[in-house]
Amino acid sequence: MTGHLALTSVPRLAPHRRLRRDEQRGLWTVQAPERYFILDDTAHAILSRCDGKDSVAVIIESLCSSFPDAPRDTIAADVIHLLQGLADKGVIAA
Amino acid sequence: MIPDPPLAVLAELTHRCPLQCPYCSNPLELERAAGEMTTNEWRDAIRQAGALGCLQIHFSGGEPTVRPDLEILVAEAVATGLYTNLITSGVLCDRARLERLASAGLEHVQLSFQGATSDIGDRIGGHVGGHEKKLLFARHVRETGLPLTANFVVHRQNLHQLDAMIEMAVEIGAERAEIANVQYYGWALQNRAALMPSRAQLDIMIAQVSAARERLKGVMAIDFVTPDYYARRPKACMGGWGRRFLNISPSGKVLPCHAAESITTLAFDDVRERPLADIWLHSPAFQAFRGTDWMPEPCRACDRKEIDWGGCRCQAFAISGDAAQTDPACALSKDHDRLVSTATEEAHSGGDGFVYRNFRSAKLAPTL
Repeated sequence: MTGHLALTSVPRLAPHRRLRRDEQRGLWTVQAPERYFILDDTAHAILSRCDGKDSVAVIIESLCSSFPDAPRDTIAADVIHLLQGLADKGVIAA
Repeated sequence: MIPDPPLAVLAELTHRCPLQCPYCSNPLELERAAGEMTTNEWRDAIRQAGALGCLQIHFSGGEPTVRPDLEILVAEAVATGLYTNLITSGVLCDRARLERLASAGLEHVQLSFQGATSDIGDRIGGHVGGHEKKLLFARHVRETGLPLTANFVVHRQNLHQLDAMIEMAVEIGAERAEIANVQYYGWALQNRAALMPSRAQLDIMIAQVSAARERLKGVMAIDFVTPDYYARRPKACMGGWGRRFLNISPSGKVLPCHAAESITTLAFDDVRERPLADIWLHSPAFQAFRGTDWMPEPCRACDRKEIDWGGCRCQAFAISGDAAQTDPACALSKDHDRLVSTATEEAHSGGDGFVYRNFRSAKLAPTL
């Protein structure tokens, strides 16, 4: 179903997956059929940039400008790892 | 200790249903239409569930599409920020209605099947023509673009079709399948001798589900609920009593699980009379088995007590007569051996006739 994510892939939330702020618990979540995912700050920073317009490479660029203290290689590795995991779970499509 | 807010609410809008499945999770005493909450009462309950911290709402019944106001309730849930799920038999909802529900913001559909073919499915559901209608409804769901889960309740009389059911779920485009063994409360307990699988069937089913999960990786996810009569340790029923989940009955009773009314020693509050948050936090029924303080031995000393939370209270009540006992599904329960021998005996010598779930039987059914 989901192949390997490339730098040129353009990720977006899969249909009927919703990025939601859970005000009660002070968390960001993704709601999906019969499951939900709690996002940490890193996951939220990445997933909130998956708008179906920007490629993985552009998302990495954007994160590098927002977090200038973090090494680019670390950011790139985190982004690929997280998005591939979410693609495997059906949370994002690319 | 203040409990965390619930994650999900099951809204049982009605007990009316065109199907008559003999393992229905509704109580033996079915609520008539006249006793159901009004549209505005449901809207208020839904808003309260969202404010309390629920993230997801499951619209169920009975058959929830019996209610002509389902679209309004879905829209209310969406406005409240809840992620919406419809649990349906699929036999009453035509394409136009489904599109209205999707427009109202419905996110996911769970469609029940009683078998892989019309002869088995229609007999178990007690509804002639039902299986064909379900297949048509499944097509409409996919055409509408909604994610689809196929639900299969399995038991002795349909397990020979397990592989075919899984295949069918793939064919209709389900992204998930739930294969759940019957849990024996209420109607299912009445029909236990006709439904109980043998241990040999259990072994085959586990092998089939594992093989299918491997084969269908990336195509369809399979959730599997085992038959706990043959288990060594109990299931973590509802993820723990009053921990994550609440259920609202057609008449507004707020329950820790859909079968909780079978525990006749508990009294349940009405969401029309007491605020939902207050019921969740303070009502005696929710406090009764919350956490681990209520536990008897051997649960109290068990290193799994915060894993399975003592198992199922309804089962403890149904089998041992005391809801605060160890779940008899646990091998450490004094009632476990009796439970297993009953299951084995019924699996081999029980008849195949059903007491169908309907308003007529509801009057005739003896209270266990």
